[in-house]
Amino acid sequence: MAPEPLIFEQGSAGRRSARLPECDVPGRDASELLAGRRLRRRLDLPEVSELDVVRHFTRLSHLNYSIDTGIYPLGSCTMKYNPKVNELCARLPGFSRLHPLQPEATVQGALQVLFETQAMLAQIAGMAAATVQPSAGAHGELLSLMIVREYHLSRGERLRQVVLIPDSAHGTNPASAARCGFKVKAIPADARGLTDVAALARAAGPDTAAVMLTNPNTLGLFESDISQVCRIVHDAGGLVYCDGANMNALLGLTRPGDMGFDVMHFNLHKTFSTPHGGGGPGCGAIAVGEALEPFLPVPVVTRGSEGAYSLCYDRPQSVGAVHSFYGAFLVALRAYAYILTLGPEGLRNVAEMAVLNANYVRAKLRGLFDIPQDRACMHEVVISATRQKNEHGVRALDISKRLMDYGIHPPTNYFPLIVPEALMIEPTETESREALDVLCAALASIARECSETPDVVKGAPHTTAVSRMDETAAVRNLDIRWRPAGA
Amino acid sequence: MSYTPHTAADIQAMLAVIGAGSVEQLIADIPSQVRLAGPLAVPPAMSEPELVRKLRELASTNLDVDSTLCFLGAGLYDHFTPAVVDALTSRGEFATAYTPYQPEMSQGVLQAIYEYQSLVGLLTDMPLANASMYDAATGLAEACLMSCEIAGRSVVAVSDAVHPRYRLVLETYLRTSDCTLVTVPSQDGLTEVEAVRVAAEAGAACLAFQSPNFFGVVEDSEALIEATKAAGLVSVVAVDPVSLGLLEPPGSFGADIVVGEGQGLGVPMGFGGPLLGFFACRLEHQRRFPGRIVGATVDREGRRGYTMTLRTREQDIRREKATSNICTNQALMALAATVHLCALGREGLRQVSDLCLQKSHYAADQLCLSAHCTPAFDAPFFKEFAIRCPAPPERINEALAAEGIIGGYALGRDYPALVDCMLVCVTETKTRADIDRLVDAIRQIVESF
Amino acid sequence: MATPEGLLYSKTHEWVRVLDDVAEIGITDHAQAELGDVVYLDLPEVGRTLAYDDIFGAVESVKAVSDLYSPLSGDVVEINAEAASATDLVNSDPYGQGWMVRLRMTRPEELQQLLTEEQYAAFAAESAH
Repeated sequence: MAPEPLIFEQGSAGRRSARLPECDVPGRDASELLAGRRLRRRLDLPEVSELDVVRHFTRLSHLNYSIDTGIYPLGSCTMKYNPKVNELCARLPGFSRLHPLQPEATVQGALQVLFETQAMLAQIAGMAAATVQPSAGAHGELLSLMIVREYHLSRGERLRQVVLIPDSAHGTNPASAARCGFKVKAIPADARGLTDVAALARAAGPDTAAVMLTNPNTLGLFESDISQVCRIVHDAGGLVYCDGANMNALLGLTRPGDMGFDVMHFNLHKTFSTPHGGGGPGCGAIAVGEALEPFLPVPVVTRGSEGAYSLCYDRPQSVGAVHSFYGAFLVALRAYAYILTLGPEGLRNVAEMAVLNANYVRAKLRGLFDIPQDRACMHEVVISATRQKNEHGVRALDISKRLMDYGIHPPTNYFPLIVPEALMIEPTETESREALDVLCAALASIARECSETPDVVKGAPHTTAVSRMDETAAVRNLDIRWRPAGA
Repeated sequence: MSYTPHTAADIQAMLAVIGAGSVEQLIADIPSQVRLAGPLAVPPAMSEPELVRKLRELASTNLDVDSTLCFLGAGLYDHFTPAVVDALTSRGEFATAYTPYQPEMSQGVLQAIYEYQSLVGLLTDMPLANASMYDAATGLAEACLMSCEIAGRSVVAVSDAVHPRYRLVLETYLRTSDCTLVTVPSQDGLTEVEAVRVAAEAGAACLAFQSPNFFGVVEDSEALIEATKAAGLVSVVAVDPVSLGLLEPPGSFGADIVVGEGQGLGVPMGFGGPLLGFFACRLEHQRRFPGRIVGATVDREGRRGYTMTLRTREQDIRREKATSNICTNQALMALAATVHLCALGREGLRQVSDLCLQKSHYAADQLCLSAHCTPAFDAPFFKEFAIRCPAPPERINEALAAEGIIGGYALGRDYPALVDCMLVCVTETKTRADIDRLVDAIRQIVESF
Repeated sequence: MATPEGLLYSKTHEWVRVLDDVAEIGITDHAQAELGDVVYLDLPEVGRTLAYDDIFGAVESVKAVSDLYSPLSGDVVEINAEAASATDLVNSDPYGQGWMVRLRMTRPEELQQLLTEEQYAAFAAESAH
C-alpha cells in the first residue's frame, strides 16, 4: 500500500474546505476589540479541499487494523465487537447536543441514563454505588485510591501508606498507587500462578492501605482464594481493590462485592463494548461498597421522591472531582445501551462464551507452544514462546509480527512479566469458532515455520504497509511534529 | 439479544476439543460461596428496535441545543462542526482499533496522531505536544504536578479566574501529592502581574492561568508569562484553541506548558464528555511529560513511518516510577480535532475566531444598550463575557426558559461577589436574530420585575 | 559475551575499574545486550555521595529502564557526559568509552565483595535462564 503524505504536504495556498456564514453583525476591527493583546501573525494550518480531507483520512484508515477488520486477540484489552446500534444511540441529538450546565429540568433523560447506568454497574459489581466520572481504567484506579486514602484519613489512620500489588499486575496499578502518594510493595505469585496468600499475610499490616488485585488475574486464572485474601487484608485494617480489567470473565457469574472487594473499576471500553477509538475515549467507572460511598466525587446523580433526577454537590466527605464535568457521558450511554440489550442472561452468556473461547484456543495450541498454566482458564490464556526461543532463536515478538502476515492482529506480548516470552491471547466472546480456527491455524503454521524457516518469522512482517520500525532512531532523532518552512 | 455467535452445536464441538463436559466445568475455579445465586438484577434483554425506541424516548425528554437557543459556555462550547468530522471518525478502522502498540498495523492512527500533535504545536506554538489528555481539567492538574517536578518545589499557584471546576480537579489531584495549592485572586476579571509576585512569595513552582479565562476575558498572557519566567516560576497556561485563530499563542511568549480543552474542535458537547485535553510543553521538559507521544521514524527498509516513542516514561515500563499513570488517552477525539482543523483550514479557523469575537461583542453591546445590563468587567473578551444584571440571574434564566431560551451561566455559584452576574457565550452558531431575541427577552423580563 | 579480566563486577551488572583511589563504573556487555539500544542515560551530579547499593542513575533503552546501583561507596568525581549525549557508546564500547561515573572510594574494602570476571561470567550465564 502506498504511503500517505502528511496533510500538511497536500493542498494549495488559498484552497478551502468548510464555509461559514458571512458576519451578520456590524463588523469591528479585531485589534480594537482586543486592544492591548497581540494578534496572531502566522497560522500554518492546512489549506485543502473537503475531498482532500476525506481521501486523506480514508486512506489512513486503510492503513489501520481494527475489530471491524478482523479478530483482535489482544490479551487484557477485551477487543470484542462494538455494536453499531450503540453508535446510533450516542448520536441522537437529544444526547450528543446537550450542554452539561443546562437546567436540570431540560436534561432529565440524560441524568436518568447516568443514574441507571451507575445503578446497573453497582449491581454488576455487587456494591453500593458507582460513578462514571473517571475517563479511563487508570483514571478509575487513581480515583479509587484517592477514596481509599480519604477513607483511612477520615478514621485518623495516617500511617496506612502502603499498597500491596501482585507482581503479575498491570503497570498502571503501581503507577496509580505512586501517583496517589502510596508506597508500593510487590507480592509474588505462587506455583499455581495465583497470589501467594502466605506472602500476602506476611506483608499485610498496620501500614497497609489497600491491596490491588486483578481477578481473574493477568494469567487468566481466577483467584480462588479471594475470600481468604479479602479476610486477611480486612483483618489488617486495609481495603481490597479490584482491577476490573478482566470483568468480561465474571459478568453474571460472580461479583467482586460478594468476594469481599471494597472498591473496583470497570473499563466500559472493554467489558461493555464501547469502542477503543485507537486509544480512547474510555470510561473507567468505579463502584464502591457502602463504607466508601460518602467519598465519591461530585456531583452525584440523585433521584428525588418525585422521580426527578438532580446533581448533588453537597457531599462533605467527597474526594473532590476528577473530570471537568460528569465524565464521558456518551461512553457511559453506549454501555447503558449494551447492558439493556444483553439483559441478565446475555451478560452471563458473555462471560461463559468468553471462557469457552479462551479454553478452546488453549486446547488447540497445546503441544505447539508452552502453556505455563495448562488448566481451565477464564477469558484469556497465556502461552509462552520459550521453546521457540531456545530451540530456534525465535522470540514472542517475532511470532506476533509474523501473525500480521496472516492478516491477524497479534496477542499482547511480554505480559504478564512473570511469564518469559509471554503471548497473552484473549479471543473475547464475539468471535466464532471459525474465526478461532483461523487464528489457531495461523499460530500452528507459525510454530512450524519457527523450526523450518525461522528467518521468515524473525524478519516478519513482510506484507504490511511498513515493516518493523526503527524505534531507537525514533528516540535518538526525535521527530514528533511537522514544521512549516521558515518557522 | 446477544452478540455471541455460538450455536448449540458449536458449543458442543468446542467442549469436545477442550475435553470438558460443560462450560460450568471450565469455571469451577470460582468457589461456590462467591457464585451469584440468581440472575443479575438488571432489566430483561431488549431487541434492537425496543432499545432504539427506549433511547429515543429518553433523548426526547432532554432539550437539545438545536431545539432551543442556548447561551451557555463556561468551558464547553457549541461550535459548528463540518459533517466530514463524524463521517471520518466513525469509520470502524479508527473507532474500533486499540492503542497503536503494533505500528505495522496501526499506521493510520499513528499518522493521524502525529498530525494532531503537529496541529497542537502549530496552534500553540509549542515544540512538543502529546497524543492527548482526558480533558482540560486533568491536563491542568498533570501540568501543575509536572511543574513541581521541574522546579523542585511543592506549591502550586493558580489564578482564581481559572475555571472553578478545573481548580476543583487540581485540588483533588494535589491532595494526594506533597503539593499544596495557593489560589491567587483576580482583579476585575483579570489575573494581574501582581499574581506572579504573590505566587513567588508563596514559594510556588508555577503559576497557572487561563486565557481566555473563565470570565471570557483575554488575559495579558505576554506580561504574565514574562513575569513568571523572570520570577523563576514555571508558566502553565490553559487556552481555548478556537481563540488561537486570532490571538498570538502562548508559546510565542515563552510559556513552559500549554494545556486546554479541545472539545470546541469538532467534539460533540455530549453532556460534558468525552472531552479532549491537549497538552504541550517545551522540549527540555520531554522526560517529565505525561501521556503518549507518536514520533516519525523509518522501518527496516528505510520507509517513513510512525511509532509511539519516548515510551520509557510510561506506566507499563516504569510502573511506580512513571511520570503519570495515564495510558488510554482520547485518540478518537484527537482525530476529530485533526479532521476539524483540516476541514476549517487556515482561513476557516480565523473566520470562526473572528465571528465569535464579533458576535459576542455585538451581544454584549446590545444587552447593555437595550436590556439594562452593564459589563461586569472592563477587559477584552473573546466569545463569552460577564454582565451584571438588574435582577438575579437565576430568575432571569427561569423566565428565559419559558421563552425557549437557555440563558448564561449564573456566576454567583462559584464567585459570591458576582452574584448578580451572568456569563453569556456567543459563538459563530448564533445569528444576529438569535442575539436580538435574547436581548429582547431579557429586556422584557427585567422590565417586568 | 565479553567479560574482561582485571575488572570487578556486581550482581546488578555493573563493572568497576580501579584507578588508585578512584573507581570507574559502567554496565557490563551482558547488561547492555539485555537492554538493547541505549537511548538515555540518567547520571548523578558530580559531588554526590553514594553508599554501597544506592541507585545513582538509570539507563534506558527503547522499551526498558534499568536502575544503576552503586557497587561501592564514594563521592562522584566525574561523569561521562560524552556517553550521556552519545548513548550508543554504552552498547558499542561498554567497558571503554561507555563508562558512566568515577567515584572517589570512601570504603575501598568493599572491593572485596565484588565478583571476579569468572564469577560474574558464571553468574550472568545463570541469570540468563
